[in-house]
Amino acid sequence: MDHKNWLGFAGEDWKEHINVRSFIQNNYTPYTGDESFLSGPTERTRKLFSKFEALLRQEQKKGGVLDVDTEHVSSLTSYQPAYLDKELELIVGYQTEKPLTRGVNPFGGIRMARSACEAYGYKLSEKVEQEFTYRTTHNDGVYRVYSDEMRKARKCGVITGLPDAYGRGRIIGDYRRVALYGIDRLIDEKKKDKADIAFGVMDADAIRQSEELFQQIAFLQKLKEMASMYGYDISEPAANAREAVQWLYFGYLGAIKEQNGAAMSLGRVSTFLDIYFTRDMERGLLNEAGVQELVDDFIMKLRAARHLRTPEYNELFGGDPMWITESIGGVGENGKPLVTKSSFRFLHTLYNLGTAPEPNLTILWSEKLPEAFKRYCARVSVETDAVQYENDDLMRPIYGDDYAIACCVSAMKIGKQMQFFGARCNLPKLLLLALNGGRDQLTGIQLGPQMEPYAGETLDFEAVRGRWRIYLEWLCKLYVNTMNVIHYMHDKYAYEKTQMALHDTNVERFMAFGVAGLSVLADSFSAIRYADVKVVRDEHGLIEGFETTGEFPKYGNDDDRVDQIAKTALEEVFSQLKRNPTYRGAMHTLSVLTITSNVVYGKKTGATPDGRVSGQPFAPGANPMHNREQNGALASLNSVAKMPYEVCRDGISNTFSITPDTLGKTIEEQVSNLVGILDGYFAQRAHHINVNVLNKQKLLEAYENPQKYPNLTIRVSGYAVNFHRLSKEQQKEVISRTFHQAM
Amino acid sequence: MNGFVHSFESLGTLDGPGVRCVVFLQGCPLRCIYCHNPDTWDRTKGISFSAEEVVRRVSRYRPYFGETGGITISGGEPLLQAEFVTDIFRLCRESGIHTVLDTSGHGADLSSLIPLLKETDLVLLDIKMTTEQDYAKKIGGSLQKTMDFLSLLERQKMPVWIRQVVVPGITDSRENLIRLASLLNGKKCVQKVEFLPFRKLCQEKYDRMGLPFPLDRVPETTDAFCKEYANRFYELLSANQKSG
Repeated sequence: MDHKNWLGFAGEDWKEHINVRSFIQNNYTPYTGDESFLSGPTERTRKLFSKFEALLRQEQKKGGVLDVDTEHVSSLTSYQPAYLDKELELIVGYQTEKPLTRGVNPFGGIRMARSACEAYGYKLSEKVEQEFTYRTTHNDGVYRVYSDEMRKARKCGVITGLPDAYGRGRIIGDYRRVALYGIDRLIDEKKKDKADIAFGVMDADAIRQSEELFQQIAFLQKLKEMASMYGYDISEPAANAREAVQWLYFGYLGAIKEQNGAAMSLGRVSTFLDIYFTRDMERGLLNEAGVQELVDDFIMKLRAARHLRTPEYNELFGGDPMWITESIGGVGENGKPLVTKSSFRFLHTLYNLGTAPEPNLTILWSEKLPEAFKRYCARVSVETDAVQYENDDLMRPIYGDDYAIACCVSAMKIGKQMQFFGARCNLPKLLLLALNGGRDQLTGIQLGPQMEPYAGETLDFEAVRGRWRIYLEWLCKLYVNTMNVIHYMHDKYAYEKTQMALHDTNVERFMAFGVAGLSVLADSFSAIRYADVKVVRDEHGLIEGFETTGEFPKYGNDDDRVDQIAKTALEEVFSQLKRNPTYRGAMHTLSVLTITSNVVYGKKTGATPDGRVSGQPFAPGANPMHNREQNGALASLNSVAKMPYEVCRDGISNTFSITPDTLGKTIEEQVSNLVGILDGYFAQRAHHINVNVLNKQKLLEAYENPQKYPNLTIRVSGYAVNFHRLSKEQQKEVISRTFHQAM
Repeated sequence: MNGFVHSFESLGTLDGPGVRCVVFLQGCPLRCIYCHNPDTWDRTKGISFSAEEVVRRVSRYRPYFGETGGITISGGEPLLQAEFVTDIFRLCRESGIHTVLDTSGHGADLSSLIPLLKETDLVLLDIKMTTEQDYAKKIGGSLQKTMDFLSLLERQKMPVWIRQVVVPGITDSRENLIRLASLLNGKKCVQKVEFLPFRKLCQEKYDRMGLPFPLDRVPETTDAFCKEYANRFYELLSANQKSG
């Protein structure tokens, strides 16, 4: 099989079978040099970007939402084409009929869509309301099946943030396939797969799969229609660089028109596109400025992606994120770095278009990355605070060299693996439930095994551990069952047709569980073990607080006595989860990641034995609790690095803030030292780090005078946000975090 | 042997080259008016550590050191515990960790320091004041002692970075620069001269200890001034070399 648009590309395997990895390996041009080749924005880019910026300012002025289209239901072909400036745009396509206008997507749940409209002063149209009177949404389905216990667990907050009323997201379509193969070929392959199924036994799994393939094919057709509305025929492979970017973007655009999943990540496209850029440059069709222009334009489109959310949703996932995560760098299975000039070009958009939280640029770090690329990444961190790092040397042996990160820290082979997203359970809350025999002291809700509250005056480590194990076993069973219900219904009523059409038909599935409050739990157990913890009871005899006296080791100081407690807790959670079977045979995975929900989870949790007061936010992700570190930044990194990736395959998030002065005296020293820190951290098999290089003072000023730093971007838990898009509560929590500072 | 440690800073980037683990020792014979670490003065307040324990902790940060980083021992005044430092440095050297000593040159007899210098890769020598009078009054020590130590380092061909804290109204004058340049004249061991800005982050420590901070009314030094001051110093130094 060959195609005229593949002229100049090497390799055969990828032509015979859908195999983007093989195409990349056969054709990419590694780059080991520095950033000196990069081009600034062209006049055209400047003009287009200033129009875009004006729109962003309007959006901010209107409280974060520019406009809502309440008349249509968001899908691939429900809107007429939209442009910011038809003459200037190199890459076209917006989600709705106007840039930044948010569409309505009620497939997850009509109530959520309705209340999201109302939160911003809009009313969902009669037309849409009517249409969904006769439709079952994902949310309807879930609530038909939820047990009383599931509802109670959700209500008291021991498991929350579950995707039972919004799109689950965290699925990465292999959007590169659209560019490389064209839609017709992809449809042919899916038709073949569908025919194959009919040869086998038509059991429930086969029938479901077959219907899904029917839907995938229908949505590939719709993707073609959507592109043709913009005047493009994407039936065939992309013929040049601009088409490659456009075809790929159409794939992504179709996905975000169809789905409002929490995280709609992009994958790993920069080195793939580099092959097209290089071919056009060799043909004399493009120069460096021309290539950068395409990248800048593409990034501008990604920065315009929006979903309509409710205020409650924003509590969990603050800052209006889309998690358009793009994974950059990494090393091939053959040991050759996958860094190309386009790895630099994507990062360079942070200068050409200014710093911004989206796309969520994620560096796949390896000790084998070219030194010049390491230094450039570190420089970008110091200057923009907009990138995060994940350990390629840790993930590559598991996922190969064509995986990407969904959301913040979830690795998956592109087009071959997907996940069922599962939010997180609240570990400190579970500890309090265990102590009070299943009674939530804050809400009075009784759930789980019913026991007498812990009877003694002083907490005994072994006795508390015994209770903990009983409640953990109970919670893990409930958690898996709840997730099974959610994802059964999501598949049934809100299946990701476009994204799954850009996967192999036989995908591997993960079921991604999560924990919040790891450091609070570890320090609480440590206090119980090494200090003296007396209980304080309310009038009903329930434990409502603790009096802790004496010293105890705290997570974040590279002290094995407590770090081991944290590690053991994760191993226990994972092994308990694994005992319960999952929907569609998904593989259990676990993350230590909170997004911004550490604030609201803390709010729903009473005082804990570590001295944390009732309602106080948890530390985010796997971070040590704020201001408990006594031995400096690297000791804190060492503690986090001990958390076991083997049982936390869905990622271990760490957010690290350091003042510029502490990192080094000059920018050159800061860059060198940051490279050293990243190398050292990842050499110890750590998984992830967000790096913020800034002064607390700056955040305080931005908190008081938002207009002073309108574009202040900071990394939170696995993503970046514009500081001003966080709630005041979330902002305060970010300010209260540890800023590593030299004394 | 055992010594008294004040604390560990696992990420030090300001005391020597690269990423360094800084060990602050307890006890100091000087009382600098701008002292940043008054909590290290009293030798009896430290935590007792063996040299092996210190090195074990420092080794935890080895993955971060790369080719340039390592251990820095600061204080307090490390020379008060010279033998302890010697043991730590010897063990560090054995496992390939680069060793830096941050000192004022006070606290020990020069003749006893040869074994320590044998285990040291770089000395950060603080020349706190440039006149005997100031040194006695504002520091509680002797400039001559610092200069004798520098001469020893010169004889031993020990690489040295000279440091001075730039305090407004005290060590920020042209005269101070001229004196410093002449003190360093002809010293081949000096690789670098660093001017550190006076900071008041330590105010909180003084308050906690119930001590008055003698310079609480003096403004902090700006980074820009320090940079400019350093430039003027290097101009002076090269003028001296041409004329001398």
